[in-house]
Amino acid sequence: MTPTGAHTSSAFDEDLRDLRELIAEMGERAEAAIHEAMHCLVERDTEAAATLVEADQEIDRLEAEAEDRVVQLIALRAPMADDLRDALAALKIAGVVERIADYAKNIARRVKRLPKTGSIEPLSLLPQMAKMASAMVHDVLVAFVERDAGKARRVCESDDELDDFYDSIFRTLLTFMMENPQNIGPSTTLLFVAKNLERIGDHATNIAEMVYFAATGDRLPDSPERETP
Amino acid sequence: MIELMDPQVRADQQSATPPKIEVRGLDFYYGKSQTLKNVSLGVPSHAVTAIIGPSGCGKSTLLRTMNRIYEIYPEQHAEGQILIDGQDILDRRFPLSELRRRVGMVFQKPTPFATSVRNNVAFALSYYERLSKSEMADRVEDALRQAALWDEVKDKLGASALSLSGGQQQRLCIARTLAVKPDVILLDEPTSALDPISTARIEELVHELRDQFTIVIVTHNMQQAARVSQRTAFFHLGELIEVGDTAQIFTNPRVQRTQDYITGRYG
Repeated sequence: MTPTGAHTSSAFDEDLRDLRELIAEMGERAEAAIHEAMHCLVERDTEAAATLVEADQEIDRLEAEAEDRVVQLIALRAPMADDLRDALAALKIAGVVERIADYAKNIARRVKRLPKTGSIEPLSLLPQMAKMASAMVHDVLVAFVERDAGKARRVCESDDELDDFYDSIFRTLLTFMMENPQNIGPSTTLLFVAKNLERIGDHATNIAEMVYFAATGDRLPDSPERETP
Repeated sequence: MIELMDPQVRADQQSATPPKIEVRGLDFYYGKSQTLKNVSLGVPSHAVTAIIGPSGCGKSTLLRTMNRIYEIYPEQHAEGQILIDGQDILDRRFPLSELRRRVGMVFQKPTPFATSVRNNVAFALSYYERLSKSEMADRVEDALRQAALWDEVKDKLGASALSLSGGQQQRLCIARTLAVKPDVILLDEPTSALDPISTARIEELVHELRDQFTIVIVTHNMQQAARVSQRTAFFHLGELIEVGDTAQIFTNPRVQRTQDYITGRYG
């Protein structure tokens, strides 16, 4: 069910719109952090990576601001039905987006563990996986802003693809490690990176479930849990 | 309206136990204008049912049909049935005095009689029952205790009811209603003229009384409906739009018009 019109109180509409925009901004920053972290990794740019780790504080600040706004909205506007579900979703999504940004930060932190030079073959696979993960983050936040339950559901579905990608990278890295024990160090680092990206996909899926509930009032039917290595 | 609801909504609205009050195909007319249109609604016993909706939606009218108080106005009439414990109370053969004893009503503004606190409660009692002086005193005390007013008035039972605060007067009106041991209590915006503390006291009282009575409350305050009721019915332009468990209505209404109203987009 979609709302048919504006609230009688236009200030209420503004509050809700501002809250959505804030969450969308957090999402954009988290997305950018994933891209930036991958760039640092591929270029093995430890300096830029350190800057990225610093910049994560801004997302923490935005999360706190989202919390404050939701608390105010509930206290002052007493939202009901879809508005209430939206406000609570915004609160939870803010927390999850902050976690997603933390994963990007973790990836940036791993850059210094890679050797400065020399080719690491599986490294070329990771940007593609990162693209998929950040697309999920992008799509799920668009779904939230547009209250689009269908889009949220499609994000959940695309998580399978990301999991498959992770599985294949896992196997590739394992093979790489078995070929030459000297590869074990960098491969382990890349394995952690791939795991972080896989977790980002899981978090995007969680957000998708929140968006679906906020938009429809019903729970997204459970998809069977997958085991990841 | 029922035909517009999906089967899930209809299934949700049918409760397992027979309702205390069953409104069937009720139409209501003020002269030529129709204010209730084919309303069918079950009101469960020992629970609070809230009626919400914008002004003029027919919610107070519905309450007024449940004890036939509209009958004093010749141009108003109701068609359809309201069954209380299976008996149609709209049937003119159903004795009015019996109906008024079984179905008590409390109005928007406190309506104490200009007499003592004691007499306010004893008045209706003496109409329905022959009681000795000590029995009467006991019943008055019981009613005042039930209405959570006893401690505040026990030392001034002879004082004028008009000397009480607004909130106390409203609880006195509830005590007066309770004194004759009704089954059903109708509350028509009982706290709209009261301050927040008095409102909270009345709400607490409604909460305590619901175990023993069937309570129907009309309110403009949606937070109040959400706080005190277990079932909520939403009316619009004389039609019942949606009825369901209060938690469902306020978190996930199934009909668009209900959602627009409770979220403040309409009405």
